[in-house]
Amino acid sequence: MTSQPNQNPGNARVISRLMIIVFGMFGFGFAMVPLYDVFCDITGINGKTNDQAVQAVSRQIDESRNIEVEFIASLNADMPWAFYPLQKKVTVHPGQPMRINYVAKNLTDKAIIGHAVPSVAPGRAATYFEKTECFCFTEQKLEAGEEKEMPVIFVVDPELPEDVNQLALSYTFFIKPGSEAQTLAQN
Amino acid sequence: MSAVIEEHHEHHDHKPTGIGRWLFSTNHKDIGTMYLWFSFLMFFVGGAMALVIRAELFEPGLQLVEPEFFNQMTTLHGLIMVFGVIMPAFVGLANWQVPMMIGAPDMALPRMNNWSFWLLPGAFGILIASLIMSMMGMGSAPNFGWTFYAPLSTTYGPASTDYFIFSVHIMGISSIMGAINIIATIMNLRAPGMTYMKMPIFVWTWFITAYLLIAVMPVLAGVVTMMLTDRNFGTSFFNAAGGGDPVLFQHVFWFFGHPEVYIMILPAFGVVSQIVPTFARKKIFGYSSMVYATASIAFLSFIVWAHHMFTTGMPVAGELYFMYATMLIAIPTGVKVFNWVSTMWRGSMTFETPMLFAIGFIFLFTIGGFTGLMMCIAPADFQYHDTYFIVAHFHYVLATGAAFSIMGAVYFWIPKWTGNMYNETLGKWHFWLTTIGGNMVFFPMHFVGLAGMPRRIPDYSLQFAEFNALATVGAFIFGFSQLIFLYNVIKTTRGGEKATEKVWEGADGLEWTLPSPAPFHSFTTPPQVR
Ligand code: HEM
Ligand SMILES: [Cu+2]
Repeated sequence: MTSQPNQNPGNARVISRLMIIVFGMFGFGFAMVPLYDVFCDITGINGKTNDQAVQAVSRQIDESRNIEVEFIASLNADMPWAFYPLQKKVTVHPGQPMRINYVAKNLTDKAIIGHAVPSVAPGRAATYFEKTECFCFTEQKLEAGEEKEMPVIFVVDPELPEDVNQLALSYTFFIKPGSEAQTLAQN
Repeated sequence: MSAVIEEHHEHHDHKPTGIGRWLFSTNHKDIGTMYLWFSFLMFFVGGAMALVIRAELFEPGLQLVEPEFFNQMTTLHGLIMVFGVIMPAFVGLANWQVPMMIGAPDMALPRMNNWSFWLLPGAFGILIASLIMSMMGMGSAPNFGWTFYAPLSTTYGPASTDYFIFSVHIMGISSIMGAINIIATIMNLRAPGMTYMKMPIFVWTWFITAYLLIAVMPVLAGVVTMMLTDRNFGTSFFNAAGGGDPVLFQHVFWFFGHPEVYIMILPAFGVVSQIVPTFARKKIFGYSSMVYATASIAFLSFIVWAHHMFTTGMPVAGELYFMYATMLIAIPTGVKVFNWVSTMWRGSMTFETPMLFAIGFIFLFTIGGFTGLMMCIAPADFQYHDTYFIVAHFHYVLATGAAFSIMGAVYFWIPKWTGNMYNETLGKWHFWLTTIGGNMVFFPMHFVGLAGMPRRIPDYSLQFAEFNALATVGAFIFGFSQLIFLYNVIKTTRGGEKATEKVWEGADGLEWTLPSPAPFHSFTTPPQVR
């Protein structure tokens, strides 16, 4: 006990209060994950577009505007598929539903599960781009060597800012982590 | 009766001896000493890595090390300097000074204090072990930069990343315990009459820094925990394949990271605010504005983090917000610089080594502040980002800023710690060589950075050759002049001209009322503060 100064009863209170901050901030770090998602969803930052189907509402078609929509496909490293859009680009009127197709082919002799992450450019137009059907809403499983045509149905919101008349929709296909091993184990 | 008290007193002042004195120490001075020596040791370890980096960059092309090893050097240099040198040195200074400056006998939680220190060698042992294994050909040490961005540190991280994560967890626990201790000490152990607004600025800056630590070290622990589960337990916080987002990593990291840079500079502001009035022989100008400026810097540091992420494709509104918010920080920072200069204005100044380091700090830190202002202009930062310009900026604020203040603090207080005066001539040599070397290494980095030389790359194109050669020469001058510092410190602990109680003519504050060297227990009876 030589160097123990007089035990101050205030110490316990200070420690417990500070520990509340410590645990609170540890939790806050994790809370940033959903907060970040919500924030990006609301604002469409990151070109984040809906990853769940929107209800199709019939809208006034604005025939005075022509919007050019380009389609892009890319593969994450390690993804042994071929993946491309059937049309390079289409021109739509805001409010007019449009259906296009992408194709994916599994180039290996194993079944593989993939997950496509969509993105819309320019980022500030992302919230005006609504997909009512998309292969990106669910995981896609391709058997060995299988080729599949996958539709996307979308509509551009007539509220789209005036100065935007070109959009790009891009998908990146990722291999689901561990999916090769999983499918192997199933076989 | 008096005999009993006498005997009790005897017993109280008895120092434990041998290795046990250090291993089981609960004494704020011994623990402070250990922190400072640990930091000093790490300074040479991290410094050696810097010299490897600079030697490789002496001329274009790859000559000394493999690019993979170069990456490990930049990573470990950064991690060690931030977490192993600057932070422990300031905690060491707080341990020594805070109880003495507020008239307390010791820290409020002495046993926790022992733990906070002894976790550190463990944490850095783990980190350095991964480097030693890498040099023996077993895998790679962490190689993703001190900012350990995902996916470099998750999908592509070497196996040693898990050791790194463990090490960061331990450092975090150590810092949090240290911070709790400092807050408890300041809140509960102030001498009678020592109101908050009478506390020395150094104590104030540490009080606020401790709150910053408590708020953001848990976020750092959180982000490395997410990395850990991404790497080993199949989560996808930062992996787009599983619905996560690597940019999220940067947000969480910099939410910790920006307050962290202020954790490394606020105590430096405190040190300079002690040294300047002493050698200008005046009271500090604008005491209360100093306190409020420190508090507002701390607050602002939480809302500017994405100025590190201007090029990640934020929307314009975000760029603008983070740009203006960051600019705001320059205001309280400017208040501080103004106050220091005003303190010196018409003072009767002398230029002993601590004062030289303090003035050096004010000059060079301000250069770093200006480049900070340049970089917080979002459109301009697209040019500066990830170039040597950034490296120049943060070395001005950290090496010739934070580290200068630590060196100044050591010269300032070492007579109180050891009872001996240091060698003034050697101190001046140390200051001038460090200043010249420091500017030689970091100033040219502004130019090569503006011209587009990327950071963290072991090779560069020919037009950058002259400035890089100059920087390397400067780095070696800077590095080797620290040996003068080491020699001077060791010599002072061994003996020398005896220091008086007050040490400096203009010294003011409770620590200068204690004998030199300060007794094992500072104020066994609390002093009365008017
Ligand atoms: C007026 C005050 C300051 C301003 C406006 C400022 C601004 C900035 C900005 C905008 C960046 C990011 C540049 C980029 O990556 O493109 C940056 C980087 C950095 N700043 Fe500051 N800064 C200031 C003060 C400080 C201080 C006091 C410190 C530390 C003591 C500091 C340490 C750093 C570090 C370490 C980095 C680089 C991080 C990295 O990417 O590795 N800054 N600063
Ligand atoms: Cu910052």
